[in-house]
Amino acid sequence: MGRSRGDLLIFIGKRLLTLIPVLFGVVTITFIFSHLAVPHPCNVWAGPRATQVTIQQCIVNNDLDKPVFTQFTSYLGKLVTGDFGSSPGGLLVLPEILNKFPETLELVLASLGLMVVIGIPLGVIASSNSGRWSDHLVRTFYLSGLATPTYLAAAILSIAIGPVVGLPRNGLFSSAVPPFPQVFHMSVLDALIALNFSGVLDAIAHLILPAAALAFVNMGIAVRMTRGSMLEVLPMDYVKTARMKGLSEFIVLYKHALRNSLISTVTVIGTAMGGILSTLVVIEEVFLWPGLGSYAYGAITNYDFNGTIGAVIFFAIGVVAANLIADIVYGLLDPRVEWR
Amino acid sequence: MAAEQPGRERRSPVATVDNARRFGKWLKGAARNFYKVMRANPLTLMGFILVMVISITALLVVVVPAITGAVGHPISMTPYGPNDLLPCPVVGNKTFCAQPPSAEHWFGTDRAGRDVFSRVLAALPLDLAIGFLIAGFSLLLGGGLGLIAGFWDRPGTISAAVSLTIMRVTDVFLAFPSLVLALAIAATLGRGTVPCILAIMLTWWPYYIRLTRGEVLAVKHQPYVVAARAAGVSEWRIVFRHVLRNILEPLVVYFTMDVGTVLVVFSTISYIGIGVPPDIPEWGNMISAYSDQLLLYPWVVIFPGLAVFVTVLAFSLLGDGLRDILDPRSRRALTQAEVSPATQVAKPAEG
Repeated sequence: MGRSRGDLLIFIGKRLLTLIPVLFGVVTITFIFSHLAVPHPCNVWAGPRATQVTIQQCIVNNDLDKPVFTQFTSYLGKLVTGDFGSSPGGLLVLPEILNKFPETLELVLASLGLMVVIGIPLGVIASSNSGRWSDHLVRTFYLSGLATPTYLAAAILSIAIGPVVGLPRNGLFSSAVPPFPQVFHMSVLDALIALNFSGVLDAIAHLILPAAALAFVNMGIAVRMTRGSMLEVLPMDYVKTARMKGLSEFIVLYKHALRNSLISTVTVIGTAMGGILSTLVVIEEVFLWPGLGSYAYGAITNYDFNGTIGAVIFFAIGVVAANLIADIVYGLLDPRVEWR
Repeated sequence: MAAEQPGRERRSPVATVDNARRFGKWLKGAARNFYKVMRANPLTLMGFILVMVISITALLVVVVPAITGAVGHPISMTPYGPNDLLPCPVVGNKTFCAQPPSAEHWFGTDRAGRDVFSRVLAALPLDLAIGFLIAGFSLLLGGGLGLIAGFWDRPGTISAAVSLTIMRVTDVFLAFPSLVLALAIAATLGRGTVPCILAIMLTWWPYYIRLTRGEVLAVKHQPYVVAARAAGVSEWRIVFRHVLRNILEPLVVYFTMDVGTVLVVFSTISYIGIGVPPDIPEWGNMISAYSDQLLLYPWVVIFPGLAVFVTVLAFSLLGDGLRDILDPRSRRALTQAEVSPATQVAKPAEG
């Protein structure tokens, strides 16, 4: 129990260990729902014009004639060795997901950046003018973000606003950009590595609309928490002391008060990651962003069990990792925190 | 507050009268607080009025046709039937079914010739009821389990094992993005309103468990709980009278805002196309049907979108304001905001 580097490592290790039961539960629930609720997936998998023979073959190939429990144990056995199985179309699930996951990460990081850069100052402004018109304005703004259905925000941005501003509305790159190797499967980073600067600009332009949509509907999380905790911190003695020392209002707000209230903002963003990833599915679908969300959507609607479970596993890892990172940042911001 | 007066209560007529009087006092105080905050915060007032208007409208849309139908002269609250195909005007040899908003059709008509205003209105009771139903179910189930997991967790007892199990299961559900799980469940259960409701219900309650447990943990070592225990109050009575009553406020706030969130998620599932079937008017459904023609027939998409937006905004404004009212720390901040900055600095710190 302390703050040394060793303690931090033990803390991270412990938290990663809790990932195992969580993943087991997630896999079990998804498996049960998919396999019990859809009794004859082969009718879909084999295609509309499949004969009885091909359907039978599909059932045998996918072990669907065996009891569900046997299917479950054999699936788990494969999963432990890193074999995620393949989709009904024959594509292996794991490489597919590993290609898509970084694109999603890029989108989430970009929108988190927007949320922090815009949301936190808005929260500070609202709290330091609490009860006045700028406070009401900020509250209306973030509440409208929360109140706008994700699909509507995405559709309006993509169909109405995108063409007006001149931003591309779907995909990663425009077709004019010559292809270059996708090393990391993160569009901006890949273009940077390939030293393709027109590609970098193009990738950023494609990133803006989906990231803005994702940031807009989730902005409330950051603004509300910052505003709330700033309201708690501002009447405290040390803030008054800072004011009396004659520090400028900017320094008082952003250096002294904000640092304390950031702690709760970071925690909330971490725990809200599940919700952020939820909205991601719709946004990737509308903007045709080839990430984990649109993969999950495709897998779910095609009754692709292996693909669904694979996507859900990666979502769960993302949520747990976000919580862990939030806890670590929390510790970095607050020197009183001990790793345990 | 009753929580500050621990001790056994005698079951005598005097005590009943006393209780009634105490309740009256509490009600009066609550009403006064409510009035004060509504006056101080115009946005909360707006949210409150909107929620009232929306709820009453939804009630009227359902109740009026039912009652008048029973009498024999059904009066519909919607100007046209939600699925009535109205005659389309013909110009030359082309028919124009999708008409922009006019005095006759306030929100215009869609490409099938259905009146959008009637459909938006007809969808209101369904969407609102689903919001209340799912959030209410989650509040009861999640709140109850959270209370158990938070209150009975002394290590080494059977109840502690139960609490631990509850929290581990909650962790699993919280690691899912709820929409992804709901989508998966809804897709496997098949298309329809009921599977969709079930899917969201199954994924929704864990949030309430975490919230309730956190609040219980914060409250259960408070001096008044310890005092109640020392005075010989039974554990069940402590849970319901002393703990539950003091954690009710954050739960109510969360519930209020959650009604709106549920509504958004429900309409999202409809939007994606595995929720409510297309012939039932539902906001997400209506938006999804024409969202690719947003520029061609904007009114068909914008008005149902506005309906979702206004409803969710109303509940969020109310909930957000309620939090400021009910949370003593931000209540202090609210009242301080009303005094000038100079006196604020001069006043001694309170916490």
